[in-house]
Amino acid sequence: MLSVKDLHVVVNGKEILTGLNLEIKPGEIHALMGPNGSGKSTLSKVLAGREEYVVTEGSVTYKGQDLLALAPEVRAQQGIFMAFQYPVEIPGVNNTYFLQMALNAIRKARGEAELNSLAFMRLVRDKLKALEMDESLLKRYVNAGFSGGEMKRNEILQMTLLEPSLAILDETDSGLDIDALKIVARGVNTLRSPERAMLVITHYQRLLDYIEPDVVHVLSGGKIVMSGDKSLALELEAKGYGWVQDGLEQAA
Amino acid sequence: MEAAERQLDAMNHAGYAAGFITDIESDTVPPGVDESVIRFISAKKREPEFMCEWRLQAFRQWLTMTEPTWAHLHYPKIDYQAISYYSAPKSASDGPKSLDEVDPELLRTYEKLGIPLQEQKVLAGVAVDMVFDSVSVATTFRKQLAEAGVIFCSISEAMREYPAMVQQYLGTVVPPDDNYFAALNAAVFTDGTFVYIPPGVRCPMELSTYFRINERNTGQFERTLIIADKGSYVSYLEGCTAPQRDENQLHAAVVELIALEDAEIKYSTVQNWYPGDANGKGGIYNFVTKRGLCAGDRSHISWTQVETGSAITWKYPSCILKGDDAVGEFYSVAVTRGAQQADTGTKMYHIGKNTRSTIVSKGISADRGQNTYRGLVRMNQSAENGRNHTQCDSLLIGDKCGAHTFPYIEVANPTAKVEHEATTSKIGEDQLFYCRQRGLSPEDAVSMIVNGFCKEVFKELPMEFAVEARKLLAISLEGAVG
Repeated sequence: MLSVKDLHVVVNGKEILTGLNLEIKPGEIHALMGPNGSGKSTLSKVLAGREEYVVTEGSVTYKGQDLLALAPEVRAQQGIFMAFQYPVEIPGVNNTYFLQMALNAIRKARGEAELNSLAFMRLVRDKLKALEMDESLLKRYVNAGFSGGEMKRNEILQMTLLEPSLAILDETDSGLDIDALKIVARGVNTLRSPERAMLVITHYQRLLDYIEPDVVHVLSGGKIVMSGDKSLALELEAKGYGWVQDGLEQAA
Repeated sequence: MEAAERQLDAMNHAGYAAGFITDIESDTVPPGVDESVIRFISAKKREPEFMCEWRLQAFRQWLTMTEPTWAHLHYPKIDYQAISYYSAPKSASDGPKSLDEVDPELLRTYEKLGIPLQEQKVLAGVAVDMVFDSVSVATTFRKQLAEAGVIFCSISEAMREYPAMVQQYLGTVVPPDDNYFAALNAAVFTDGTFVYIPPGVRCPMELSTYFRINERNTGQFERTLIIADKGSYVSYLEGCTAPQRDENQLHAAVVELIALEDAEIKYSTVQNWYPGDANGKGGIYNFVTKRGLCAGDRSHISWTQVETGSAITWKYPSCILKGDDAVGEFYSVAVTRGAQQADTGTKMYHIGKNTRSTIVSKGISADRGQNTYRGLVRMNQSAENGRNHTQCDSLLIGDKCGAHTFPYIEVANPTAKVEHEATTSKIGEDQLFYCRQRGLSPEDAVSMIVNGFCKEVFKELPMEFAVEARKLLAISLEGAVG
């Protein structure tokens, strides 16, 4: 589904990704871990299409097409969803309206009929129920005055509504209490399917207690330096990122 | 801000949808103004003698006045002697006609603007008094209104048919010597609208006038007078668009509203005149004096405006809250893009006891647009328990535009309360990216963000106008690239 080859990315004149390789197949959940500044968020933003991130080398293929050539909204319409680490406030825009606009934009691009408000509300209520969330977030303006936990829940609600092919969760777990963490995990686990892939970016192992990854990668210095199964995450948790660094230095 | 800037670029290069010229023979006087021109206008309109005298007095006042320079506006000096002060479509010079007799060319013009009269009649139930350049050419729904006792006609007609009422009220809210532009208007105004709602009558439909400036180099000087008698209610809609021009066109209108005891007037404007090109060439200069008098106790006047057009906007719809418990409201969205400049706001004069006023101003600036809010809230000594709440928000798109706020507050009564809130925000790259990541095009995203910002004002507009206003904002942002 997603194939990243030798990706080099420069932000503000500084090379952040230095030759990253990543293969994700349908049905897989990949966890991407790494210390602060290793380039985790940079990867998610490049995949979502943020313009300040300049690709200087390498390629990204998504469902057989050159992903880097697509506008951000086209990527979204083709099934890429990113749960933001810092969701953005849009004052004056009702959250329900925003969700409906987004869903219908994507449905339209897929050649599906747009949902009217009634059908949409039914769908949203179902999704909320599945996530065990209440409706209060719907009536408010998009992320305006939301707590950190509310913002992340809202991201997960959007993800379950938009039913992406590839979901990227950019440190969605950071700063969350255990209840919010469970909602995030529930969102991911309900979406889990053989056609769908996910890239869960996280700093801590904690989230992986609730989401079982197929593959765990460790990112360091702008490239993936180690990959393994879920036990790698536990090992990292026990030994710290310094262990990876040390291992690399010894190998060199 | 790259995406936002591209967005703007596209906005600026998007053509002006209403830019076409209607080919109709006109009855136009040579440029310039003196007493003979004023006598010509008055005679042409077959006005009563007192009107001619009133105009001449205003003209003499105007000659002694100087053009105001305090506004945050920059424009070349206006040559008032280069403007033609009278222009009437020839086919209308024999007086008002029924809809069937109206010059089809005129009707087509309005159709291009999306105002099909027939359809409006049926669907919206809106009576339309069209002002094409200076003379009203069609009036609909007269009969239905007449049955309710409502008078809705051109002001020229009112001066002939109801001279006593015109004489009683004209110039009582905006006196001829009120300001430079109001004085000029009083001297040379050629037409406009007159509305009278009798006591206890709720006007059975929204009243609406579409203004259109068509003649090259023609100044448009409209005058509107609305009187809501005791316990009556009227909602009045004013919509404006103009065809594309190279020369700047001057517009100096005057609107006077009078609400007697327990009466309510709701006055809504959507203004979409030609804003000029990206460098500020062409475009309408809009110097308008709008003021409402809440004369009676518990009277209520509400101004709602959506200003997207004009090169220069100088406009402060105001309320004089004279009656006890009177309510004044001002809801405004002003958009400046390209090289547009707007200096707009309101004045709330609290005189009566327990008078209340609300001001909600939303300024949107894009590209090199300059948007100024200028407002005055005055609590007179007599304004026991007066209340005002002002909210003044600015939205910036790009980094070359500007938002300026000049709130003036004068309180002479210790029991009065005045609150002022102001915010400035930017449509950021982050907001746009967030929306695009959810599948929305940049155009839809900007339109959604802007409409959200304007929501508090749009909800004050009558339904069909709110739809038009949203459409207008969307059109302004049309053609943006992804």
